[in-house]
Amino acid sequence: MQVKEYKPLIVAFCCNWCSYAGADLAGNNRLNYPADVKIIRVPCSCRVNPMFVLRAFQRGADGVIICGCHPGDCHYTSGNYFTRRRMALLFSMLDYLGIEKERTRVEWVSAAEGAKFAATMNDFAEKVAALGENKRLEDLRCKR
Amino acid sequence: MQRIGVFVCWCGSNIAGTVDVQAVSEALKSEPGVVFSANYQYMCSQAGQNMIIEAVKKHKLTGIVVCSCSPRMHEATFRKTAAAAGLNPYMVEIANIREQCSWVHKDMATGTEKAIILGKAAIAKVNLNTPLTPGESPVTKRALVIGGGIAGIQTALDIADAGFEVDIVEKKPTIGGKMAQLDKTFPTLDCAACILTPKMVDVAQNDKIRIFSYSEVTEVKGFVGNFDVKIKKKARFVNESLCTGCGACTEKCPMKKVPNEFNLGMDNRRAIYIPFAQAVPKVATIDPDYCNMLKNGKCGVCAKVCTAGAIDYTQKDEFIEEKYGAIVVATGFNPISMDKFDEFAYNQSKDVITSLEFERLTNAAGPTAGKLLRPSDGKHPHTIVFVQCVGSRCDSCAEKGKEYCSKICCMYTAKHAMLTRDKYPDTDVYVFYIDVRTPGKSFDEFYRRAVEEYGVHYIKGMVGKVSPEGDKLKVQASDLLNNKQLHIDADLVVLAAAIEPDKSARPLATMLTASMDTNDFFTEAHPKLRPVESPTAGVFLSGTCQGPKDIPETVSQASAAAAKVIGLLAKDKLTGNPCIASSDELMCNGCSSCERVCAYGAITYVDKEFRMPDRTTAIRRVAQVNPAVCQGCGACTVACPSGAMDLRGFASNQIIAEVDAICK
Amino acid sequence: MNKANENLREEIIRMSGVNPKKCMRCGKCSATCPAFDEMEYHPHQFVNMVESGDIEPLLNSDSLYKCLSCFACIERCPRSVEPAKLVEAVRLSVIRRQGENHLTANDIPALIDDEMPQQAIVSAFRKYTK
Repeated sequence: MQVKEYKPLIVAFCCNWCSYAGADLAGNNRLNYPADVKIIRVPCSCRVNPMFVLRAFQRGADGVIICGCHPGDCHYTSGNYFTRRRMALLFSMLDYLGIEKERTRVEWVSAAEGAKFAATMNDFAEKVAALGENKRLEDLRCKR
Repeated sequence: MQRIGVFVCWCGSNIAGTVDVQAVSEALKSEPGVVFSANYQYMCSQAGQNMIIEAVKKHKLTGIVVCSCSPRMHEATFRKTAAAAGLNPYMVEIANIREQCSWVHKDMATGTEKAIILGKAAIAKVNLNTPLTPGESPVTKRALVIGGGIAGIQTALDIADAGFEVDIVEKKPTIGGKMAQLDKTFPTLDCAACILTPKMVDVAQNDKIRIFSYSEVTEVKGFVGNFDVKIKKKARFVNESLCTGCGACTEKCPMKKVPNEFNLGMDNRRAIYIPFAQAVPKVATIDPDYCNMLKNGKCGVCAKVCTAGAIDYTQKDEFIEEKYGAIVVATGFNPISMDKFDEFAYNQSKDVITSLEFERLTNAAGPTAGKLLRPSDGKHPHTIVFVQCVGSRCDSCAEKGKEYCSKICCMYTAKHAMLTRDKYPDTDVYVFYIDVRTPGKSFDEFYRRAVEEYGVHYIKGMVGKVSPEGDKLKVQASDLLNNKQLHIDADLVVLAAAIEPDKSARPLATMLTASMDTNDFFTEAHPKLRPVESPTAGVFLSGTCQGPKDIPETVSQASAAAAKVIGLLAKDKLTGNPCIASSDELMCNGCSSCERVCAYGAITYVDKEFRMPDRTTAIRRVAQVNPAVCQGCGACTVACPSGAMDLRGFASNQIIAEVDAICK
Repeated sequence: MNKANENLREEIIRMSGVNPKKCMRCGKCSATCPAFDEMEYHPHQFVNMVESGDIEPLLNSDSLYKCLSCFACIERCPRSVEPAKLVEAVRLSVIRRQGENHLTANDIPALIDDEMPQQAIVSAFRKYTK
């Protein structure tokens, strides 16, 4: 049997105005980061319902990262402040449930920070890969 | 079930170089809902777009997925293509397989695998897309400017110039604001009245502009394009249309001991008054706090001398209701109170004055007719000490002043020092500064001139104490560069008081649901890119209500705000962004969570009648989103505990479908 | 800044509760100080010298004892830096240094001389451990 190399599955939520543009810039500058990172575009980081994060872990994601504009730079003035508070709570709860803190992250990436986006994703993917497969929140009913 | 067409773009070799586009389009063919899948060299080219249009018609597609570059690049293009093919433009989703796939991954296998997953996510989303139409609302083609200082005047003139009607609401009896009180203006030293009063006359003569002086805004309802505003016209006891501004009443009024606020209380006016000679409108006003006729019914001199018969002691406050499409806030500033700064003896000596009082003292129309005389004994001062940063740049816990730099003090102090030395070369002028901040066109040159050509003594350090002794003011200060303590016997001390937003700004912000910072300055929609708009749609900011500013900056911001207003009023209808929040009234429990997180005040509550299953009716409080105001950030959707609030175009089930597709 | 100086600086900042970084160098403390002419180092210099770790000269300066603790500088400082508290903390650290390493209880047995009166030992201990 062929031994498959372990690849983490990472979901990244990026706000349309800063981080998604930052990810595009990383692409424009051809800055490599692991293909394990899959980006979902949201209008603002505050659109990310904790439910989405839970769903990702339930469906077998190994890490979830939320990227938004820097505090004070939110396109919608205050959206990322909500994100910061909500996710601080959610992540500490997830930690309590056994999903390590390293598997979740909120990062501020501006539209000019393509290099930071790539570096963040490299670092995050490395940390998640080191933790190995995430088993804790997977819904057994979804197992095929 | 949707009928989805998938179009994979090669982007020349940009995508095809690291992604096997053929394999991607093959793999996506079997996804749920997909009825057609193709790939092409340049999807955004005319030929590529035609290919999409043909496929829509031939295969009766209801949704489109384009696997190409970033949606920030070509989403708009492909939405137009969809519209050209007769599809709703919001049935298009882009899978970003260039910037976020082919350009960042090196080998074909991983690139292709990721592109397929991104395509699947987009397909999963399109399956749940619904056609969206942007909401439309009419625009009332009239603007309201709150505040009649130089900011309000400039904004109103520019808007009127474009052909729209403007109303100015000013709480004082005349427009003109702070600039009317100034003597000269830096850095060119032209006289403030000479450049301001022609503008005031322009306002008065412009048939597009109405001035509501001695009036205040009391209520604001509605939203961008459709504001309903209630304005209180305070009773001035003079009929505005009859008064000719001849001034006979103001000369004959026996009540002579009323502190003149225009000269900051340094001289007196009568109970019936016209603030200054060039006032607009030039109409007298009776001060009800001092008028004997209004207080105890004994006098009536003004009515006797008024040949126009304009005096009306029975006049009452009047309320005007008007509709506006846009509102400009230009409420301006005031110097802060010096009461807490005991060390400068402001309340102990008349010869310690603020810079605005100094302006009046040197103004030809001021209490001393332009001669620089001490307020206490009318003598010419020979030693003048200027103190900068009084109340500016204070620590937040000091509770005395303001944390910010008031920005204009360095320049007007240099101006005062220079003018004094110019008119009275026998005067010793000291300026105590912490830093001299002169970033502006010809500003530093101006300050250097004060030092080099006019011989003003600039001393780095702060004044610690001012104590009146006899007819002198003992000033104790430090000279930091020489590490010395200085003792100066001054005749006049001028304090460069910090400026703060007008007190009326806070209640006005509440009425407008516009946000403010901790210093009560209005917040702009974006600190760099949208500096004259408030986050509340349809509310614009002009002048010092947004932050400390000098006149050139205020005027440019005023014109910028006017340009934004004209852009808004030029539209017959406002087309909104259709990707906005909407609430499911059956699920909403009226808890107000969404209202609290909304930065735009887009959510209101209505009591609505519902038919219950048992055929009774019940009245429930439910949230409603104003489509003209909502910007579509989605903060409310997460705050909603009952899940009633959702965001069109980025609905919860769509994002979950994307998550599922990625995590499969 | 060497280690000893840094420790001393930390200690003074901790004792006084003052953050010298808040100072914007306006000099209002020195402008207001009634003891200015008596002082070698003036209030604004105290703040600056503590901030830069240049504390040795302050420890040996008479200025410490010229401060009247009238708190005028605290009252008038626009940035709430509170220079008088800093002066007080430097003064305290000088007092604490007196008797430093002179004598500890453990040193005493070795020093005991049978001829020496008990009273002398007790009073020496008191004097040198202050």
